[in-house]
Amino acid sequence: MTPPEIRQVIIEILERIAPDEDLSNLDDSVAFREQMELDSMDFLDIVMELRKLYRVQIPESDYEHLATMDSTVTYLTPLLKDA
Amino acid sequence: MLDELQDENRIVLTGVGLAAPNGDSLEEYRSALLAGKSGVQPFETRYIKQPVLAGICHFDEFRYQKKKERRRGTRAGSVSIYCANEAIRDSGIDWENTRRDRVGVYLGITEHGNVETENEIFEISQFDYDTKVWSHHHNPRTVANNPAGEVTLNLKITGPHLTVGAACAAGNAGFIHAVQMLRLKEVDLAIAGGVSESIHTFGIFASFASQGALAWHEDPAKACRPFDVNRNGIIVAEGGGICTLERLPDAIKRGAKIYGEIVGYAMNSDATDFVLPSASRQSECIALALDKAQLSADDIDIVSSHATATEQGDIEESRALKAAFGDRTTLAINNTKSFIGHAMGAAGALELLGNLPAFQDRIAHATINLDEQDPRCDLHQIVANRPRHMEKVEHILNNSFGMLGINSVLIVKKFPAEHGGVFE
Repeated sequence: MTPPEIRQVIIEILERIAPDEDLSNLDDSVAFREQMELDSMDFLDIVMELRKLYRVQIPESDYEHLATMDSTVTYLTPLLKDA
Repeated sequence: MLDELQDENRIVLTGVGLAAPNGDSLEEYRSALLAGKSGVQPFETRYIKQPVLAGICHFDEFRYQKKKERRRGTRAGSVSIYCANEAIRDSGIDWENTRRDRVGVYLGITEHGNVETENEIFEISQFDYDTKVWSHHHNPRTVANNPAGEVTLNLKITGPHLTVGAACAAGNAGFIHAVQMLRLKEVDLAIAGGVSESIHTFGIFASFASQGALAWHEDPAKACRPFDVNRNGIIVAEGGGICTLERLPDAIKRGAKIYGEIVGYAMNSDATDFVLPSASRQSECIALALDKAQLSADDIDIVSSHATATEQGDIEESRALKAAFGDRTTLAINNTKSFIGHAMGAAGALELLGNLPAFQDRIAHATINLDEQDPRCDLHQIVANRPRHMEKVEHILNNSFGMLGINSVLIVKKFPAEHGGVFE
């Protein structure tokens, strides 16, 4: 997948786990938590969704890479290049 | 009378919230019961190949709950949140200025957690049973206090909460626990009743089917037939019935509208069988509740029966009622399951609440689908198919029994209108 495609995947996951949020003005460089009501269980949902969709295993030590949209896409690009 | 009105051991119902398969409010539900309107429908359930019927609720899940809260929680939690909010709104309590640490939430449940466990097992089956895709939400969704806990999260209640696991006696048990906690002054306001999400677990249908106790009829509205010789089992339903309960002096002080006073209750155990009921213990339970209420059997005007439309259950309860009430013709015996099916943990609560307006209109709603009464259910007071006008309705007795031989009886008395009774 290309970075724009990965971004779209993340948007769709966020739409499912935070259905009350308006994501149209999401700033990709700002932490998700500063723009949305997301707690640790929600972040685990992002990890779980990626695991289910693409069999991607994200170790806990790498969760910090999921802070913003930009960092998430950067982190996932090599992992999903063949997806 | 004035001193009696200051008696802090007197507990009254002051707000009603409910979700039934045939109504989302007391007004709608009561109208449906008087009109003979069923809430039983065809239902899709996982794995089971035969057609299944169920009592399905249609309340708006998002009236009081965000989509995200609903996604995180359970159907039982959602039913509970809807009913609890409706009850508080109906009660007229100044919720913004209510001390939330003095509010208790006590909800009866038949079972909890089966729905989520079945869902997760299905989910991992799609991934070759890889437990790494087992949801981290499973534990908070399946802990036994979940429905009551979701209510506290939603309403920011910091007082005690718990569920009362009492099989199908649970609706009454929730109210009984609230009465006890209010009398002990553990809380000043109780939000209590019973809830069920059971139709969302295939296991309950499969288990009743294996037991030969799952009802079916080509016309869903005719499927649940308590006391009828052609009954063929249980219709499983979901739902909730939750009330606000207060000590009488508190209720009077704030000018509450009072639906009725819980004057008697009892619970006991058969200690005889996992599944089969016992008429002797049921009639003892009725006698205990009457004794606690300082009433005689002749004081009861309506008996809301538990009968589930299983042969053994209907016959045993009929024997218990015969022993307790004899053949007095001024008594009305009715049954709500014939309309909505068996709402499990919510059954006792919903069945009581649907009868409360009889304090006002003096009408005992019917037991529908009673075309040919089973002669072994030798009761002459069953309100068959059409509502019955009563000379008076002062006391309603509500039966609710469950597996493992758990029995519960609740007696509610009409409250005088001049002191806040909502029914004149």
